[in-house]
Amino acid sequence: MIKDTSRRNFLKGAGATALSAGVLPFLKVLPAAAAGKDVIVSVTGRTINSLDLHRTGTNRPSYQVAVNVYDRLVSFGTKTLEDGSLSYDYSVIEPEAAESWEISDDGMALVFKLRPEGKFHDGSPIIAQDVKWSFDRAVSVGGFPTVQMKAGSLESPEQFEVVDDYTFKINLLRQSKLTLPDLAVPVPMIINSKVAMEHATEDDPWAMEYLHKTPAGSGAFKVAAWKPGEQLVYERNEAWTSGPVPEIKRVVIREIPSSSTRRALLERGDVDLSFDMPNKDAKELSEFEDITVTTTPVENAIYCLCPNLSFEPFKDKRVRQAIAWAVPYEEVFQTSAYGRGAPMWGGSSTTPQDIAWPQKFPYATDLEKAKALLEEAGYGDGFEVPLSIDLSQSDWMEPAALLIQENLAKIGITATIEKIPGANWRTASLVEKRLPLHLETFGGWLNYPCYYFFWAYQEGHLFNSSNYRNEEIETLTPETLHMPVDDPDYAVKIKRMIEIAWDEVPRIALWQPAVNVGTRDVDGYEYWFHRQLDARGLKKA
Amino acid sequence: MSGTLRTVIVRLSQAIPVILGVVVVSFVLTRALPGDPAVYFAGMAADENSIAETRTALGLDKPMAQQFLVYAGDVLAGDLGQSLSTGQPVLQDLMTRLPASLELTLTALVLSCLIAIPLGILAATRPGSVADHLCRVLVTAGVSLPTFFTGVVLIYVFYYLLGVAPSPVGRLDFIYIEPDRITGFYLIDAALVGDWETWGAAAKQLILPAITLSLFTLAPLARMTRAAMLSALSSDYIRTARAAGLTESKVLYAYAFRNALLPVVTTLGMVFSFTLGANVLVEKVFAWPGIGSYAVEALVVSDYAAVQGFVLAMALLFVALNLIIDLTYTLIDPRIGFETR
Repeated sequence: MIKDTSRRNFLKGAGATALSAGVLPFLKVLPAAAAGKDVIVSVTGRTINSLDLHRTGTNRPSYQVAVNVYDRLVSFGTKTLEDGSLSYDYSVIEPEAAESWEISDDGMALVFKLRPEGKFHDGSPIIAQDVKWSFDRAVSVGGFPTVQMKAGSLESPEQFEVVDDYTFKINLLRQSKLTLPDLAVPVPMIINSKVAMEHATEDDPWAMEYLHKTPAGSGAFKVAAWKPGEQLVYERNEAWTSGPVPEIKRVVIREIPSSSTRRALLERGDVDLSFDMPNKDAKELSEFEDITVTTTPVENAIYCLCPNLSFEPFKDKRVRQAIAWAVPYEEVFQTSAYGRGAPMWGGSSTTPQDIAWPQKFPYATDLEKAKALLEEAGYGDGFEVPLSIDLSQSDWMEPAALLIQENLAKIGITATIEKIPGANWRTASLVEKRLPLHLETFGGWLNYPCYYFFWAYQEGHLFNSSNYRNEEIETLTPETLHMPVDDPDYAVKIKRMIEIAWDEVPRIALWQPAVNVGTRDVDGYEYWFHRQLDARGLKKA
Repeated sequence: MSGTLRTVIVRLSQAIPVILGVVVVSFVLTRALPGDPAVYFAGMAADENSIAETRTALGLDKPMAQQFLVYAGDVLAGDLGQSLSTGQPVLQDLMTRLPASLELTLTALVLSCLIAIPLGILAATRPGSVADHLCRVLVTAGVSLPTFFTGVVLIYVFYYLLGVAPSPVGRLDFIYIEPDRITGFYLIDAALVGDWETWGAAAKQLILPAITLSLFTLAPLARMTRAAMLSALSSDYIRTARAAGLTESKVLYAYAFRNALLPVVTTLGMVFSFTLGANVLVEKVFAWPGIGSYAVEALVVSDYAAVQGFVLAMALLFVALNLIIDLTYTLIDPRIGFETR
């Protein structure tokens, strides 16, 4: 087990693999900043609670282990954004453990050729049986991995076929543009099935207990030490076969719960990277010369104000529109997000020009218009409504709710702020969908507007916390979900869907959130849709 | 001696119903909390199916009584269950986090006793003097400054501005490797294997959080010492001792202080138990992987097993602590004998 690395084992392991004896004393006495060009110390506020993404209860911060320690068949490309920072590129699919792939003539199968030189960390070859076992596991264990696989129409083990040791075939249930990108998300990681099966038991056929603490992958890094609640140490895989070996030998992920402490550490130069900084720190630190703050808007994500259509005044579209006209967008954005992210208000036309998503909603702050709409709907005297927020996200929800409450009062709506404990939030807002007016934060991993609509606008789906139902959306969403983007019908239908979403506003867009990462003399930070640190491309400037 | 042993056994057996009560109450209370762990841990894009699957995987689909029986059986077998939020067995979490908290709390208490008790005595023997005023100022400051505030200020001054304190990253800086686990107390473990470099590093990490906590715990101790000394010094036996011509130090330490010690020890026990569970804020600011932040995080996400384990561990600790304090009473004041009751 990795967690209780004793000093002796640690030294032994280090000597055998990455750290030469000469590096170690120097590592022991010098501060991180001076620890040479091959060690990066990163701080984060969240705990990594498992090394196995497929396990029940594995939290988001743990997904980075799947990214750094495991390979997938394919990966996304990299692009440079306007501000010069790096981002993954969802329009380009690149080989990772697979060398190449092709679509069968009838279009109903994907055939992957694995790299013949592909090796796991233990030196054994990556073969199609491993891929099949890993995919079987992802669709069988239930919970999040199974749901995510399903999004790519990967639903049952029968779909996965071993043709020969280095050829793996996926039989498709339907032709969908989501299948290939879904193979590049962290979930379908390739596990060393020989190692895993040695530790599988009758009660635990998928070796959940073993892989939870001991990864068996082929990725660019190995886990050198893991102490939940304290730190995780990655060590470079010198023999990585699925990509160029990382420049950094070791990456230390240290958990520091207090954001002010994280900030002090970065300012003092004792750490190289601070991941997912609060917006306030990002804004203030971006004025420092030797600290680079990279702020990347999260693709396919919007922070929303959601009126719930199960409750009376919100059944009327004009009431929802009135609220959309009443929100003090600019103030909310500046106060809650310190201006980090992208505005989602003030669009010029009520019909979208392109299929970009998210794009600016055609609303702005106009209290007169809001009052007129309320009057028209017969609520000229206003009404009372609770405005619910999540206590665990109170950093941005509370200021936003207070500002919204203030403006709603101006049009006669009395909103009382109701704070819901974090443990109860998902149940109340998403599962039971019983909050009349609330804030919501959905973001889709697969960057297509139809995917967002599938989760957030279709009736009964998890993130449709407004209980919204529109017949056209109900037909258009499933139609567009698997349709190729270059199909001429696609843009027409998506534009129509956006138009409806704007007109009926079951979700009032506030702004597009951003991920802030502060670095000191570190290059190669790349934004990923999974919003976790990809350590593979990092280098010291 | 056999009397003491009997006391210990009697007291321990008396603790059994308390522990049983704690097991039941913590089980019921955690389930009475709002929040549904199945929903929380089913992950980002969970649908109803996957929530149901998660619920079954967590054993939460069974009736409450059955869940309790399973839990009680596991506890008897020494298994406190698996924490969902850290992904580790609760017992193991407690074993790593309790020593961290104890090390911090004990250091802070020793520190605050070293300051508070002499200060209290000084203030009591010279009421109205500079020492008395200093005592009053410290007590007021200690009570009124919240620990997270003192913590942040100390970090700002000693780490950020002056750069004399080590980076506040928890029990050890990244460049050190934790000592082999013997007791879980880094200072003790490092000393046992003679690794003084790591010992020094661990001690350095302890200084700021310990000062922060001791500023907070100092107040009740100093106040109690002062009050107890004042009442002892004004009592008849002190007048008699003085009249008998005993030296001032004999009067002060052998008679007054020994008598004043009882309430001080009582306060010490209370402060200790209070601080151990309540220093969450200090733990957060200094990234200290202690038991307080563990419990709070578990509560926030309705991590039943972790909360129950925490409550049980604390209950056991308090039983032990009360026993130790009672035994200390008999040492301080031989007139108090528990075996006679």
